[in-house]
Amino acid sequence: MSVRGLGPDAGPKAGPDAKAGGDISIREVTKIYDPDGIHVVAVERCSLEIAAGEFLVVVGPSGCGKTSLLNVLAGFEDLTDGEILLDGKPIAAPGRPVEPGSDRIVVFQNGALFPWKTVLENIVYGPMVQRRRELGRARQAARNLLAQVGLEGIEGSYPAELSSGVQRRVEILRALINEPRVMLLDEPFRGLDAVAKSVMHQFLLDLFERTRLTMFFITHDLDEAIFLGDRVVVMTTRPCCPKLVLQVNLPRPRDHRALGDTRFLELKRAALEAVHEEALKAFRAGERELA
Amino acid sequence: MGISFKRWVTNPDSWGAVASIFGFVLLWYVLTAVLRLPRFDKLPDPVAVVTAWLSPNPPDGLSIFTSVYYMDILYSVVRVLVSFALATVLGVGLGLLLGWSRVFFDYAFPLVETLRPIPPIAWIPLAVLVLPTTEMGVIFITFIAAFFATVLNTLLGVQSIDQVYFRAAKCLGSRPWDVFRHVVIPGSLPAIFTGLQVAMGVAWISLVAGEMISGQAGLGYLIYEDYSNLQFVNIVIGMLTLGLLGYGSSALVRLAGKRLMTWESRRRGVGA
Ligand SMILES: Nc1ncnc2c1ncn2[C@@H]1O[C@H](COP(=O)(O)OP(=O)(O)O)[C@@H](O)[C@H]1O
Ligand SMILES: [Mg+2]
Repeated sequence: MSVRGLGPDAGPKAGPDAKAGGDISIREVTKIYDPDGIHVVAVERCSLEIAAGEFLVVVGPSGCGKTSLLNVLAGFEDLTDGEILLDGKPIAAPGRPVEPGSDRIVVFQNGALFPWKTVLENIVYGPMVQRRRELGRARQAARNLLAQVGLEGIEGSYPAELSSGVQRRVEILRALINEPRVMLLDEPFRGLDAVAKSVMHQFLLDLFERTRLTMFFITHDLDEAIFLGDRVVVMTTRPCCPKLVLQVNLPRPRDHRALGDTRFLELKRAALEAVHEEALKAFRAGERELA
Repeated sequence: MGISFKRWVTNPDSWGAVASIFGFVLLWYVLTAVLRLPRFDKLPDPVAVVTAWLSPNPPDGLSIFTSVYYMDILYSVVRVLVSFALATVLGVGLGLLLGWSRVFFDYAFPLVETLRPIPPIAWIPLAVLVLPTTEMGVIFITFIAAFFATVLNTLLGVQSIDQVYFRAAKCLGSRPWDVFRHVVIPGSLPAIFTGLQVAMGVAWISLVAGEMISGQAGLGYLIYEDYSNLQFVNIVIGMLTLGLLGYGSSALVRLAGKRLMTWESRRRGVGA
């Protein structure tokens, strides 16, 4: 019952973990919002295969439907058409409401640590409500996690006492302790300053090296996308579906030097072109709507 | 509680409070003892009130040395405490339920909103007719407005919780009861305590109305009695005692809130 690949807490149960895996199959997914009869097609016939242990980054103009896709994946919204499989089992299909679950945990855009719980209480929340292990052991696991990322000493603090960078890291640990198969991150580092952001990137890359969890990471920052991802998917403007898929062949483990690599710059050029094209389309569509 | 008298005295923030109280007493003195304006000359001046209040042998039979004074205080305090406790338990319970269940809200909210604006005094005849004892009537009158203040604030508290916490809780594997316990209750606690502050104040206000009409003892009864006996000094003593008790009980509610919501007082700077 430990976090895969994280430290000595691995215990006797380590080894081929039954819960390992985490490949996602998004098949022809369509999501239409229908508020007051106005059709908003947020996602249309979007197909995407994500391999277990892959770091997939989704970029696209704002409002294109990235969060909608994530919400369907997470089980917050039902989908209109298509299906999504997680390790071969359907987790979303039209007309069949699916519950969110701790196998795919979301890290939210603006942070969702419970303000009324301390750091430690936040991190052990998942194990506590799932009654997967005794609270004392969950606390110890939480302390180990914090120590491994150099955040010891903040167990008793409330989120509001911490900087937003530390809050984001704690929120990621709160997800991780549940051994999810997939992490769904919706622009998690938006609003952080450049320095905090680069700390977060290193933090996330380190975690990824150790855990190899499947990551579904949304951003609109191209540098971030290429620096972090194994693959970068550029989405079309609304309705959202993949426009361009870039394989990022930069070696791991990566550090900031990757940012100067010529391959990095080439990828960025290609991504920039695709994003720019879609942004222009979104802009023209906006003008048409106003006209 | 935690603040020593010395710190309070040396803190410039408390001078304003002292100044305003002093100004009020001065105005009272000038109006009643110095100027003796036409409609104010029947009012006792502050010196007369304080002298009677602290006198072992008060002319009108009421001071800190008389047992009747403490009997009245005791009656009023017990009534307020019982009513406030009922309002807290029932009001928070109903408010949480209204905020938690859409269906229950649709059924019950219109009824709550219809009953809520009825002033406590308007309930007096019904309370006297229906409830078996006068004491229960007084408690009911004291309770009713405090109850609605608690219900409404609790409901608003639940509704003000950011949806993202519900989603996060679900992701982490919560069952409905976990969400209720770990999101709904703590998330609405700040608003609940705002409601309880209001409720405490409203309870004292309604208590006096209830005691004046159907009570047999208590500070409201004391004021009403002494009004008929034209003992104005006693009326003012009763009023000031009510004010002090109200102030003290609100402070206790605030303190309890602070104790329960440590996260609120431990924020990092402003708006961090
Ligand atoms: N609950 C909703 N009801 C109706 N429309 C929505 C809802 N959520 C999002 N939308 C619309 O769907 C589109 C895509 O939104 P979103 O998925 O949040 O985009 P992104 O995350 O890429 O910025 C937007 O036009 C947005 O207005
Ligand atoms: Mg979004």
